[in-house]
Amino acid sequence: MPLKLSLASLAAVALLAFVGCKPSSTSDATGGQGGAVTLLNVSYDPTREFYSEFNRSFTSHWKEETGQDVTIEQSHGGAGKQARAVIDGLKADVVTLAIGYDIDEIAQRTGLLPTDWQSRLPHQSCPYTSTIVFLVRKGNPKGIRDWNDLVAPGIEVITPNPKTSGGARYNYLAAWGYAQRQNGGNEQQTREFITKLFRNVPVLDSGARGSTTTFVQRGIGDVLLAWENEALLAIDELGAGQIEIVVPSVSILAEPPVTVLDKNATARGTLDVANAYLQYLYSPEGQRLAAKHYYRPQEPEHADPADMARFTKLERFTVQDEFGGWQEAQRKHFADGGVFDSIYQSK
Amino acid sequence: MPAAAVHSAPQNVPSARVQAATEDSPIVRWSLIAISVSFMALFVLIPLAAIFAEGLRKGWDTYLASFTDSHCLAAVRLTLLVTVIAVPLNLVFGLAASWAIAKFDFRGKSLLVTLIDLPFAVSPVVSGFIYMLVFGIQGWFGSWLADHGIQVMFAVPGIVLATIFVTFPFVAREVIPLMQEQGSEEEQAAITLGASGWQTFFRITLPNVKWAVLYGVILSNARAMGEFGAVSVVSGHIRGRTNTLPLHVEVLYNEYNFVAAFAVASLLALLALVTLGLKTLVESKLHSH
Amino acid sequence: MTSISRPRVLPGFSLTLGYTVLYLSLIVLVPLAALFIKAAGLGWSEFWQAATSPRVLASYRLTFGTALAAAVINSIFGFIVAWTLVRYQFPGRKLLDAIVDLPFALPTAVSGIALTAVYSQNGWLGQYLEPLGVKVAFTPLGIIVAMTFIGLPFVVRTVQPALEDLEREAEEAAASLGASRWQTILWVIAPSVVPALLTGFALSLARGIGEYGSVVFISGNMPMRTEITSLLIISKLEQYDYAGAAAVAVMMLLVSFAMLLLINLIQRYAARRYQGVL
Repeated sequence: MPLKLSLASLAAVALLAFVGCKPSSTSDATGGQGGAVTLLNVSYDPTREFYSEFNRSFTSHWKEETGQDVTIEQSHGGAGKQARAVIDGLKADVVTLAIGYDIDEIAQRTGLLPTDWQSRLPHQSCPYTSTIVFLVRKGNPKGIRDWNDLVAPGIEVITPNPKTSGGARYNYLAAWGYAQRQNGGNEQQTREFITKLFRNVPVLDSGARGSTTTFVQRGIGDVLLAWENEALLAIDELGAGQIEIVVPSVSILAEPPVTVLDKNATARGTLDVANAYLQYLYSPEGQRLAAKHYYRPQEPEHADPADMARFTKLERFTVQDEFGGWQEAQRKHFADGGVFDSIYQSK
Repeated sequence: MPAAAVHSAPQNVPSARVQAATEDSPIVRWSLIAISVSFMALFVLIPLAAIFAEGLRKGWDTYLASFTDSHCLAAVRLTLLVTVIAVPLNLVFGLAASWAIAKFDFRGKSLLVTLIDLPFAVSPVVSGFIYMLVFGIQGWFGSWLADHGIQVMFAVPGIVLATIFVTFPFVAREVIPLMQEQGSEEEQAAITLGASGWQTFFRITLPNVKWAVLYGVILSNARAMGEFGAVSVVSGHIRGRTNTLPLHVEVLYNEYNFVAAFAVASLLALLALVTLGLKTLVESKLHSH
Repeated sequence: MTSISRPRVLPGFSLTLGYTVLYLSLIVLVPLAALFIKAAGLGWSEFWQAATSPRVLASYRLTFGTALAAAVINSIFGFIVAWTLVRYQFPGRKLLDAIVDLPFALPTAVSGIALTAVYSQNGWLGQYLEPLGVKVAFTPLGIIVAMTFIGLPFVVRTVQPALEDLEREAEEAAASLGASRWQTILWVIAPSVVPALLTGFALSLARGIGEYGSVVFISGNMPMRTEITSLLIISKLEQYDYAGAAAVAVMMLLVSFAMLLLINLIQRYAARRYQGVL
């Protein structure tokens, strides 16, 4: 009999919970006008620290400007996974992802935003940029200076999987671009270079943060290919005195774009605040915070010179110039049966 | 325990030869114990200890501070909410299925039993994916749901569905065999004497299988609180809103906040241990029954 | 056993069966049908191509191979653990018994992180294994470790009751008839435990094949070498290749279903055999 009682109470709790969660989830979906407003920013992994501070700054800025309370919710994860969640119906107001390709996919598959989204904000909708650098162990025991050192026999290179990590596609493309320059555009030789490089990779984590953990915490590998902002952050958070940065002779311009998902924001009544949120990324304060969190700001004059001093000058080629854009790079290199797959299939 | 009785007085009845054939020699016994203990240590105890050791690496204060974070508390609340919805639903299903399967004969019964087991063998990744195909905005009912302002994926209902799926068979699996074993004479007698179906069920059947039911509930509970793969696909990972505890562990781990990640993981391990303690208790009741 | 075939005096058959089928359909069958329909959208040749490309085939080999290895390890050691728990008294037995289920209750991601922390080359155990030339984390061996971990409870918990039900008298009778210890084990104990052991083996295998959370942390995820099928499905999803993911998932599902049928057959066979003995 006590069992019967507890069953009944359990069922009652369940019912309450169901009833209780219904209204709250629908009110979330409609959002508010005038009163408090909630914004959902769906982002990729390495922007956590930056947006956590930026959101606080924007919240008080918006309060001053309009008197309205805005709560910004964050979702982080691998770029591909995040874009897929948005395509499958995650109601994001803004997306801030690693590569334009993923936002193109959202535009094409859902129509939540126009396909010419990238021209809506300055600098191709990229308020900040980065590049790919090397992290090596203290004192650089293997003497790694440039990309060609990575293909030497016995060197272990750590990078996430380009198939599942948007950031890792930049790693791959940076190496490819370097090799093309070295070989005078001989693609056969470049393929061999890339194959040798990935033969030196013992672990392909599914995301950038996983790779950093593998390299720093697990002590695996001689060199980690990482976004500059991730590398600088890793030194601060994990490995001051254990690891150091090596900047190669040439690398890629990493352009993580941001945009508003018009239809979602309109439906939720958040279009104005969402636009203002992204505009604020280009403001002096937004640019300063980006530099503080190791991203290269588009307008360096607003950044703290001490922050800017951390960025080494280097030649950075773009995906557009070198590969004819993301669609083309994706199709040739990363699609099933592409160049990346052939690395592992030609044993 | 009859086994213990044999242990205590083996020399009374059988000869030494009989004992040799029913008992293992001390060498065999102790080496088998040693093998078991080291196997369990290698695969279960040491990883468990590692979770607590890593969580406590920076002392108790940091350890406890990990739980006061508002996102962590939200994750605890969500995990409990999901469990409290999913487990009773599966309980009702398990009881209904057991009644139908154990008390009656019908065609296709063994197929039905296999289908009930099916979610157990489906990869968690696939179970998240199939709900996406049905309820995602690109899926079968996605646009209809969106038109009516109902959010299933990336919200509580989706997480509940995924959790129901992975804990689907546990209550039924525990209760069906026991009900089958007990037959239905008692129920038939009660019905013949004029009791209603519900009375019969609540007064006779349920008390007879209550420990198996509770055991199934505990298993479901443990699995519901700990599910990662399936929930990860349908959650959307919104901090403070759709991150369950296991997802929160992943978030912390990805923020290089290893101490907090392991602290929260140890909380989950503790929950698991408490659940297992309860389970052992129930199990002994089940056996003595 | 026989009472159920009597005429239906008991009420509630249509209610409970109806509810069971409805709930099963809503939660399990309709979503699974969606998967099959998605995969069918590919057409046969494309489906076959997606489900049997070299990288996918390599992942099947790895997933089934490691799951099989883990299930074998679990069957051997799980049996020994169950045997010691049932037959012997020793300090810490209760504790050992309680933590057998831990892998079942622990979130898979937590298990993955913990196992990686223990078995990577600078981990608790990894640092001693590394000089011996044994690499666990980021190799197929690591995947086997993770699958062994999560499959263990299923073997122990199916074998344990079978051992407990074993009649001591039968062993004693065999012994008094002059059987040696080995003969007793082979002819008296084994036949009644083998069905349970097989069930445990199959459950552990099924669980290993589907495992994702704990494996991705420890496997290293190298295409063709340490990439499990579940990860490949995720990877296809993340390239927006829904149909391809569905095709691979369907293949996995068919294998899982076959595995379950096998379990049920073993159980039915065992039940019949058991009745024969009685």
